[in-house]
Amino acid sequence: MTSAVSFQKVSRHFGSVRAVDMVDLDIVPGEFFAMLGPSGSGKTTCLRLIAGFEQPTSGSISIFGERAEGVPPYRRNVNTVFQDYALFPHLNVLDNVAYGLMVKGVGKLERQKAAEEALSLVRLPGYGARRPSQLSGGQRQRVALARALVNQPKVLLLDEPLGALDLKLRENMQEELKSLQKALGITFVFVTHDQGEALSMADRVAVFNDGKIMQIGTPEDIYQRPKTRFVADFVGSSNVLPPDFVQRYSGQHRWGSLRPESIRIGRAAKGDGVAARLVSTNYLGATTRLALDADGLRLHAIVPAGAKLPREGEAVVLTFNREHLHLMDEPG
Amino acid sequence: MTLTATQAKPAPAVLPRAGGVRGALSDLLWRKPKLLLLLMLLPPVLWLGIVYIGSLFALLLQSFFSIDEFSGLINRQFTLKTYGDLLQAANLDIILRTVTMAALVTLASATIAFPIAYYAARYARGRWKALFYLGVMLPLWSSYLVKIYAWKLILAKEGILTWLLAKLHLLWLLDGWLSLPVVGGNSLSVSSTGTFIVFVYVWLPFMILPVQAALERVPGNLVEASSDLGASPGQTFRNVLFPLALPGIVAGSIFTFSLTLGDYIIPQIIGTSRLFIGQAVYSQQGTAGNIPLAAAFTVVPIVIMGFYLWGAKRMGAFDAL
Repeated sequence: MTSAVSFQKVSRHFGSVRAVDMVDLDIVPGEFFAMLGPSGSGKTTCLRLIAGFEQPTSGSISIFGERAEGVPPYRRNVNTVFQDYALFPHLNVLDNVAYGLMVKGVGKLERQKAAEEALSLVRLPGYGARRPSQLSGGQRQRVALARALVNQPKVLLLDEPLGALDLKLRENMQEELKSLQKALGITFVFVTHDQGEALSMADRVAVFNDGKIMQIGTPEDIYQRPKTRFVADFVGSSNVLPPDFVQRYSGQHRWGSLRPESIRIGRAAKGDGVAARLVSTNYLGATTRLALDADGLRLHAIVPAGAKLPREGEAVVLTFNREHLHLMDEPG
Repeated sequence: MTLTATQAKPAPAVLPRAGGVRGALSDLLWRKPKLLLLLMLLPPVLWLGIVYIGSLFALLLQSFFSIDEFSGLINRQFTLKTYGDLLQAANLDIILRTVTMAALVTLASATIAFPIAYYAARYARGRWKALFYLGVMLPLWSSYLVKIYAWKLILAKEGILTWLLAKLHLLWLLDGWLSLPVVGGNSLSVSSTGTFIVFVYVWLPFMILPVQAALERVPGNLVEASSDLGASPGQTFRNVLFPLALPGIVAGSIFTFSLTLGDYIIPQIIGTSRLFIGQAVYSQQGTAGNIPLAAAFTVVPIVIMGFYLWGAKRMGAFDAL
């Protein structure tokens, strides 16, 4: 099957900076694909390479089997939802949404009808006459989405679209985007630095660092079986365990990772385990996050709220199921 | 007890009182910010209101008087006769010539200014930006008269432009142009084309700067968004860049248009002997002593600018502000 988007050894250099460095990538048609990474990791540049705002320094990009190098953004059936929405301030909402159809020469009545439909799709019917400046952040986000979707793109690119929204709104939009993507069957490529967002929404996630892809996989893969220290640390702030520590439990001298929720806390001098000291507790609502010090190794554990906790500074013993200790590809 | 209390170093007060007149004054201004605003605005408002608007009003009043053609004395009675005089063929000719020139100069300035302003707003950074500002502002530092006389030499029959065109074997082009009616003449320096060139040169910075300021405020991602939605660069210019730069273009055109309407030095030094509004005002209030007609002439640009701004607003030029 042809990939929706395919990168072969794609690099994009800005002067001496390798923003994207020899990236190989295949995005399956119809999937919800997330590009996750810290800022400056190259994920946004990859998105801009797909949109056509950037051209690769080397390597090849194809979109649904067609070579995309040298093709300007306006000749790509790919649309973008920009981070700060980039709505045209001099046009009302309806004209904003109809813009793509207008420049393609679709007649006025027809494009306004299509724009109205797109606005109902994002649950903003009847907002057409307003100016972007009269809308809230969440509403602008929906308008930006409608403006992209009205063109029926083969691939929809979303650049941190939920970054500017408050928590409640963001959670709602996550669900909506997910169901919208399912209903429309369009390939979504989503850039985010929020691992929770990537894991909850995407079918597959690519974790970026320093212009390279560290790991591509399903959210479960990425979360449960990180390949490198970076992925383990960045996705869900796993405990990264040094090779010497791992060797004691698995016999292999490799870096390992252990999810905070896999650690159980016991009283000192009760059973064997890792001796540690409780440094601090952080109440998070449904759970409590504990910072622990195991002979110089800083570990985090997450326990359900209401569990009986030792006092700060007290000695404790940590136990975990050895199956939960994940060995990473990185040798010691 | 009292003695020790006064002798001991007092603890710093939680709410220390203001000391002296200055302290009291600054406290007063802090409590009544409107008073401060009033004090700051009073001098300029007085200046604008009385000296500037007042003299403009006096001018307007003069235009409703008339001149006694026999005695040359001003008849201080309300009449529209002077405005009627404006419609005489000779005077109407002056107005039409000036307005046409102002419109053409504005159009040419906007066309030349846009790419320069676009480059400065979107691409120039650091040193290049400084160079841009220097290049645009530098001509404004030197004397207006010096520049105009320099242009007279450039455009003269023996000037560098004729010499250059001769070297390029393009003299036929210049001669052909100069042989045309209205725009032509003996040489560029005594033709309307020459007047036009110098007007555009002198007022260009007043167009570049506001257009650049307007373009600077257009976020770069709007251009990207337009392109992303399928608009070619030309469509992006027409549908996004131009409408958003329009307030700047209108602001710039107010300068170029009204400055051309009122100028009386450039057409006097460079161009034909046919008058422009500024020259007409100058001669009417000076040698001719016809202050009412001079006043009526000056009202013309004011009325034209009023209609122009009203039209620009109707067209939505200020919607993006």
